[in-house]
Amino acid sequence: MSRRHVVVVGAGPAGLAAADAALAAGARVTLVDSAERPGGQYHRMLPDAYEAANPEVLHHGWAAFDRRVRRVLAHDRCTWLAGTSVWALEREDPARAPLVHVLGEGSPGRRGVLTPDALVLAPGAHDRVLPFPGWELPGVFTAGAAQALAKGERVAVGERVAVAGTGPFLLPVAVSLLEAGSQVAEVLEAAGGARVTRGWLRRPWELAAQAGKTGELVSYTAALARARVPYLLGRAVVEARGDGRVEEIVSARVRADWSVVPGSERVTAVDAVCVGHGFTPRLELLVAAGCAVRGGTPDAVFVQVDDDQLTSSPGVYAAGEVTGIAGAPASRAEGAVAGWHAAGGAPSARPLTALRRGRDQGRAFAGRLAAAHPIGREWPGWLRDDTVVCRCEESDYASVRAAAGDPATTEARVAKLGTRAGLGPCQGRMCAVTVAELRARLGAPDADAAAPHRRPLAEPVRLGELAAPAREYDG
Amino acid sequence: MSPRLVPAGSDPVRRTERPVAVTVDGEAVTGIAGQTIAGLLLASGRRAWRTGPSGARRGVFCGIGVCFDCLVSVNGEQDVRACRRRAADGDAVSTQNRRPPEADGIRQGPEEAS
Ligand SMILES: Cc1cc2nc3c(=O)[nH]c(=O)nc-3n(C[C@H](O)[C@H](O)[C@H](O)COP(=O)(O)OP(=O)(O)OC[C@H]3O[C@@H](n4cnc5c(N)ncnc54)[C@H](O)[C@@H]3O)c2cc1C
Ligand code: FES
Repeated sequence: MSRRHVVVVGAGPAGLAAADAALAAGARVTLVDSAERPGGQYHRMLPDAYEAANPEVLHHGWAAFDRRVRRVLAHDRCTWLAGTSVWALEREDPARAPLVHVLGEGSPGRRGVLTPDALVLAPGAHDRVLPFPGWELPGVFTAGAAQALAKGERVAVGERVAVAGTGPFLLPVAVSLLEAGSQVAEVLEAAGGARVTRGWLRRPWELAAQAGKTGELVSYTAALARARVPYLLGRAVVEARGDGRVEEIVSARVRADWSVVPGSERVTAVDAVCVGHGFTPRLELLVAAGCAVRGGTPDAVFVQVDDDQLTSSPGVYAAGEVTGIAGAPASRAEGAVAGWHAAGGAPSARPLTALRRGRDQGRAFAGRLAAAHPIGREWPGWLRDDTVVCRCEESDYASVRAAAGDPATTEARVAKLGTRAGLGPCQGRMCAVTVAELRARLGAPDADAAAPHRRPLAEPVRLGELAAPAREYDG
Repeated sequence: MSPRLVPAGSDPVRRTERPVAVTVDGEAVTGIAGQTIAGLLLASGRRAWRTGPSGARRGVFCGIGVCFDCLVSVNGEQDVRACRRRAADGDAVSTQNRRPPEADGIRQGPEEAS
């Protein structure tokens, strides 16, 4: 009997765990990631060329990660397609997993097709950044960018940096910056102290179950305290200013709904600011595969999965940040459950019970984080008429507001053409969720929650690459 | 001051540095092997290398290939995400501009600065 072929997209914590479990269950696995090295965002590895003798100093849980990477990549039933992006999914047979179209690095890239029996999608998330005046200035980075550059390349994004936004992710970012030699002027957490304390300290047994994560957070807090970095709650960056680059930020006290307390504005001189207001799941492949989503508001849409991590789409499993933002341990547990089932592993296997429990604990933890760090409803109060909302097209707030209020452009697609928001090179990856949220607030009917993620091509493909014959990877 | 590379001598990851030489709009710039073009440009003191439709300057924003703010052309190939492409010795990097909308309403893609 031929073995089941499981294709895993994404080699982050979720995808690696999925590949590992699918191999353990006896399947043949193809692991695809657009990055050159496995690890995803959490275990972002240094380039080979750096020949780092001590890469582990930048990582929590390096030993277990390193063992897993070796076990998976060296497995004789695993094919590792590094530097290879999945740009489209195509369903030929409604009862089967879709075909996976991949593009390898190069100029032109090598195009290929994979035909899986089951597919595990674990593409992760990217930072969500709410717009504010000046956020398009050079020197404003996402919190993840600062982390990626420090951890993955050893580049510190600035000399004197502010870290701002909401959520526990701001802490590792600030610590990485310190470690890379930057001065961290301040960390601004928009959530108020009462909310954070209530969210984090309620039901402490749930935190105990996430000991790894809690320990990590404690070590970050200690590092910030040692360096005497001010960590201010209930304060947000509401403007970045400078001549062609960031020179200063304006922060303000915000209430629980993130409305600005008048007169509380303060200017801080910085040469970089790193901002994150949570994460947006990378749902385009899941939406393309026809997977149902959950969550009614544009800013909280995730893929729907059952207890086995199966989506509503036949043969398609999902794991990691695309099912909810819960951090690396939960992503790993979800990945393992997904990979095992995708491979056709016995549903009664003993380790599954523990994995499922780990996953559920991770999700509970995620629920806690979300409750402690919600985006306040009144953030649009930061916007001015000329504040850029869509970075690519420079569509401003006034035009988005006008389109939402104009009966001729109430339909999202028409409004898009009118304002051009979402039509630039990033295809709305940065602004679509924000625009959908603003439009919903302003009363425009945007019924389809998945709409901001509808992007049939997940990665840009050149016409020449499309024209070249595709290689069958697995015949 | 500006972004910079953690000096190899004091880097606890204990890495090796091998130089990589590229040109940026014709000007010689050195980085180290393994850096992305974005990392190399940042570490060389550059923060912006592209302009948006209004002419406003842009550089790295997301760092992971999602926002397309960091586009450059490399050896004549347009619209390369600098944060995802490793610099290779001899690469000719040139900065890109977005042209304002055409009179016929069709927006041109990013194109090379002249
Ligand atoms: C920039 C950034 C940095 C982060 N750093 C940290 C950190 O230091 N500490 C922390 O606790 N949390 C960090 N996070 C949060 C992080 O998202 C999770 O904790 C964890 O990495 C999620 O695991 P995952 O497997 O779901 O996704 P990821 O780790 O994001 O892995 C997804 C993988 O899928 C690949 N991929 C995506 N789309 C495609 C495609 N179309 N084709 C091929 N491959 C694809 C990506 O290259 C990536 O390697 C970071 C998030 C971001 C966005
Ligand atoms: S910085 Fe966002 S794509 Fe490169």
